Amino acid sequence: METTMEQAPPERPVPIPDEASQPFFDAAAEGKLLLKHCAACNRYLAPQAEFCDKCLGEAVTWREASGRGTVYSFIINHQVGHPGFAPLVPYNIIVVEVEEGPRLNSNYLGPNDELAVGMAVKVAFERAGEVIVPKWVTA
Amino acid sequence: MTHQAKSAIVGLGISDVGKIYGRSATSFALQAIDRALEDSGLRKEQVDGLLLQNGIAQPGIGLQLQNQAGLKNLRLVNHMNAMGATPVSMVQYATMAIQNGMAGCVICVFADAPLQDPGARSSAAMNMARNRAQPTGWASLDAHIGQLNPNAGYAMAARRHMALYGTTSEQLGAIAVSTRAWAVNNPIAQFHTPITIEDHQASRFIAEPFHLLDCCLISNGAVAVIVTGKERVTDLKSKPAYVLAMAQGFTGNSRRAGDTHDYMTGATIARDTLYGQIGITPQDIDICELYDCYTYTTLVTLEDYGFCGKGEGGPFVEDGKLGPGGRLPTNTGGGELSAFYLWGMTPLSEGVIQARGSGGDRQVEKHDLILVTGNGGMLDYHASLILSQNAA
Repeated sequence: METTMEQAPPERPVPIPDEASQPFFDAAAEGKLLLKHCAACNRYLAPQAEFCDKCLGEAVTWREASGRGTVYSFIINHQVGHPGFAPLVPYNIIVVEVEEGPRLNSNYLGPNDELAVGMAVKVAFERAGEVIVPKWVTA
Repeated sequence: MTHQAKSAIVGLGISDVGKIYGRSATSFALQAIDRALEDSGLRKEQVDGLLLQNGIAQPGIGLQLQNQAGLKNLRLVNHMNAMGATPVSMVQYATMAIQNGMAGCVICVFADAPLQDPGARSSAAMNMARNRAQPTGWASLDAHIGQLNPNAGYAMAARRHMALYGTTSEQLGAIAVSTRAWAVNNPIAQFHTPITIEDHQASRFIAEPFHLLDCCLISNGAVAVIVTGKERVTDLKSKPAYVLAMAQGFTGNSRRAGDTHDYMTGATIARDTLYGQIGITPQDIDICELYDCYTYTTLVTLEDYGFCGKGEGGPFVEDGKLGPGGRLPTNTGGGELSAFYLWGMTPLSEGVIQARGSGGDRQVEKHDLILVTGNGGMLDYHASLILSQNAA
């Protein structure tokens, strides 16, 4: 008789913090959304920013954000681009324009059919493996 | 309208294209070069410049292509990159080199072989996502939220356009339908069966708002074009396609509040340069050959070149004017949506064919001014040409 090894289904990829992103995920674990901030321009930047694209300076530091924004755009993805998403399709990806200005890609935690361009959202936090990830719910 | 041609495309070589497996990007590139030389009647020894771009094939083509093609004593060589805009911009750089005496006859080559696995139904981009090593840091956050291929960015832009202007999926579908109608008469197109709006609406979702029929094909193959000075065309075999105007445009994308990059692309910058060079308006253009990685790319490019107002692209295309017999023949070979996807070489090669009048059953009668556009990244890089059968 043929036997097969039971294999756990592959899981959705989880974020793996590195040196640049660790403070973002550490703050998320405490229920805070961090953005970068340029003191010279008094301007918020995306969490990924290492330089200010206005003054080109490097004096960019972490700062807590309001956690409020609006949905700039969104898609409902039906493709299984990674086997871990097979049980999750169709799933949403949203672009949130946060109150402070930057546009961040993330997921909406409510039902897909609630999504609309321009809807108000607020940050919420979801566990993914060992880390906590900022996501969004209706405001 | 006042102009003198800047250069002439005197050779076009299209390799075997489509789901052709077991051949490398180099193999396709050499076949395209050979066919372009044959088409032009030029000997290899008369070529003194080589510009090239690889798609996503690994290994793909590179600077070693000079030696693989046995091209000796060149005066201009470069491996160029403005993503999908590159094939169009290669013709521009070749033209500039020729106008400045750096080279006399430049061959521009694009090759790709993303489909390597017989029976694979997935796109090259999907395979790349699967084969990628587990990312860390910010890239791992992208993977976690499920943003794994280029469809997401274009679908986001289309959704934004829909929300701002009321553009509908059926209007995007009209572009899929008209583009397919052209492919029917292109012998090398990958699809020859006409489709309807209903077919478009019934095709499965890829990334809503995009259905399958909003998305381009994936193709293996290569295209080569030979660019030379406009005065050198007399003794050549094929009818030239003259380059009358050329331009590029890059808005930048700040990814923050106020940025309009998703629906006002670099074409809004290139447009003024392009039209200004020869003193034309959109109403003068006979044919459009637009980079159409998605139906939305066609729509936004038409708006950005001023064929209709910003936001009016949906109503503009829905009457079928882009199709055979329509008022604005667009993507007359079937485009990337229905013929083959070789980045900017898809619109460029069809532009050359139409300018020469060699389009066979799909030839557009009036072909004096042909707009050719290339687009790359997520609407980040844009280059365009006006081609014509006339030198002046």
